[in-house]
Amino acid sequence: MCAKRIYMPDPRAAVTNDLIIRKIVEGSRVIDLGCGDASLIKRLRDEHSCDVLGVERDEELFIRGIESGVPMLQADMNQGLDELPAQSFDFAILSQTLQQIDRPLDLLNEIFRIARRALVVVPNFAHWKVRLQILLRGRAPVTSHLPYEWYESPNVHFLSMVDFRELANEGNFKIVRELPIIGSRAVKRASFANWRAHSALYVLERNSTDDSQKATESQQLVTA
Amino acid sequence: MSTETAQPDGSATSSSSNVARQFATIFSPPHPLVLESGDQIGPVTVAYQTYGTLSPEKDNVVYICHALTGDAHVAGRHSPEERKPGWWDGFVGPGKAIDTDRYFVICSNILGGCQGTTGPSSECPETGKPYGPDFPFITIRDMVNVHNGLLDHLGIEKVLAIVGGSLGGMQVLEWAINHADRVGAAVILASGAKLNAQGIAFNAVGRRAIYSDPLFHDGWYYEQSEKPRFGLALARMIAHITYLSEQSIELKFGRRLQDGDEFRFDLRSETEFQIESYLHYQGKRFVERFDANSYLVLTRAMDYFDLAEKYGSIYQAFEKTKCRFLVVSYTTDWLFPTSQSKELVRALVQARRHVTFRELESPYGHDAFLIDRELPKLGSLVSPFLARTHQDIAEGTF
Repeated sequence: MCAKRIYMPDPRAAVTNDLIIRKIVEGSRVIDLGCGDASLIKRLRDEHSCDVLGVERDEELFIRGIESGVPMLQADMNQGLDELPAQSFDFAILSQTLQQIDRPLDLLNEIFRIARRALVVVPNFAHWKVRLQILLRGRAPVTSHLPYEWYESPNVHFLSMVDFRELANEGNFKIVRELPIIGSRAVKRASFANWRAHSALYVLERNSTDDSQKATESQQLVTA
Repeated sequence: MSTETAQPDGSATSSSSNVARQFATIFSPPHPLVLESGDQIGPVTVAYQTYGTLSPEKDNVVYICHALTGDAHVAGRHSPEERKPGWWDGFVGPGKAIDTDRYFVICSNILGGCQGTTGPSSECPETGKPYGPDFPFITIRDMVNVHNGLLDHLGIEKVLAIVGGSLGGMQVLEWAINHADRVGAAVILASGAKLNAQGIAFNAVGRRAIYSDPLFHDGWYYEQSEKPRFGLALARMIAHITYLSEQSIELKFGRRLQDGDEFRFDLRSETEFQIESYLHYQGKRFVERFDANSYLVLTRAMDYFDLAEKYGSIYQAFEKTKCRFLVVSYTTDWLFPTSQSKELVRALVQARRHVTFRELESPYGHDAFLIDRELPKLGSLVSPFLARTHQDIAEGTF
């Protein structure tokens, strides 16, 4: 039964928000793609004097954003972000959303059209509990925040930290920072991160062509 | 400026049935309104209505800009016998989305109209006769200058929000750009930075219908026993189709016949389908309340509206603004499609303005913002947007 299944932790937990806020320079222009109830950008605006914009599809969450007084856009991230002008943000946040996008690489490219840096939080489906569940019980992974069965889950892709690095390499993005999130903490140089982290935060930039070598190197820092 | 004959309507807390039309005379000599064309007009009479109570701080004013053929009568009834309430009665009133228990709502008939504000059917002070086709060419900016003249007249310095759909949305845009210090928030519904060529095309056909009516007499029909009602009705029928959608026409009428279940095979019967009957009815009702010259003046003002043309780019236009924006479009609106709203949003983000945008699902086309069934969805955006802006201005965190 579902009750016995392993769930990934709440992706919008305060701990992740704190982590993201620490990575953002005060006074920056920030867009949060899939901002939920806008609590993160509200904090960025109030505590960090950021110029913010939230993007959310869900109607109820959208209205909560309006109630918080932050500007909100409805956009279908599967269709690109053509209502947003090029290079209009310093940071784009994409928290626990990438695995729900039809074509993640296209979205990342679109993000770097509108923003200089991206903060991407993705679940790590190579967490040991998920591996065990597949190995011993033969069941597909689900997350606690989105406790859907596989046939109704918004998660259309399942990736690990290793997979994400490969995607960055493929898209020619530079991983400026990789922070595995283990329990409720971000651990900088965690050993066996791809076993222990339920999620990971990446700070990404677009590679200038001569940086691509470095990206390949950083990819080899952690092994599966 | 003349003094007011009636006082603003008191707080209509229990019911908004007790509303009254009021008049102000502004731009009297020697201070006529200088129009965008360079012409002058004055004095200008403005017909307006108010709802709710002005707060002592005068910080709760919501100004509603009506669309092409609307009027100042937004909500409530002038008398219990009145057949229909105001055109946005489902949206404006006590406890409604624009809550008149909280806000002081003003709506005025636009310049060039025919519902009490100076327009082609008004008497020209020099001749003592209606302006007719001699009425000066007016633009959206001129309309907005008259709204602001009314605010001066009422002693109101700044409004919390301006709200408008379609042509009303164009007024809101122009206001936010040209009277930036006087507005806290702008709500733009089913509108855009310009009327696109398709819209101009439909307006052109409507105007041609009026011009070619033999009763039009080059616009000098006021002293005739009959007015150019056939041309005006036809103009309305064409325009009305652009306010609907394929889906809404299908939903409401389909191919249903007006009388009986069988075709008559008779070309002399002009009204066989229900949609025909509906359009004829719309045309007929329209000519009872609208003036053909006003229709020409107002559709031309709409045709001329183009922020990019006037300011270099939409972005440059928005650089002059200081308010928050809420932009709403509807999925089946093909007169002002969502792409037009997105164009506004793109420029607003580029200009780093506080903008919220949502496209609402609706089968009702351009008119969706006026349809009762669609108002709860719209209200769920507008109501918190106004409340939050009101609060932020009061707390100084705007």
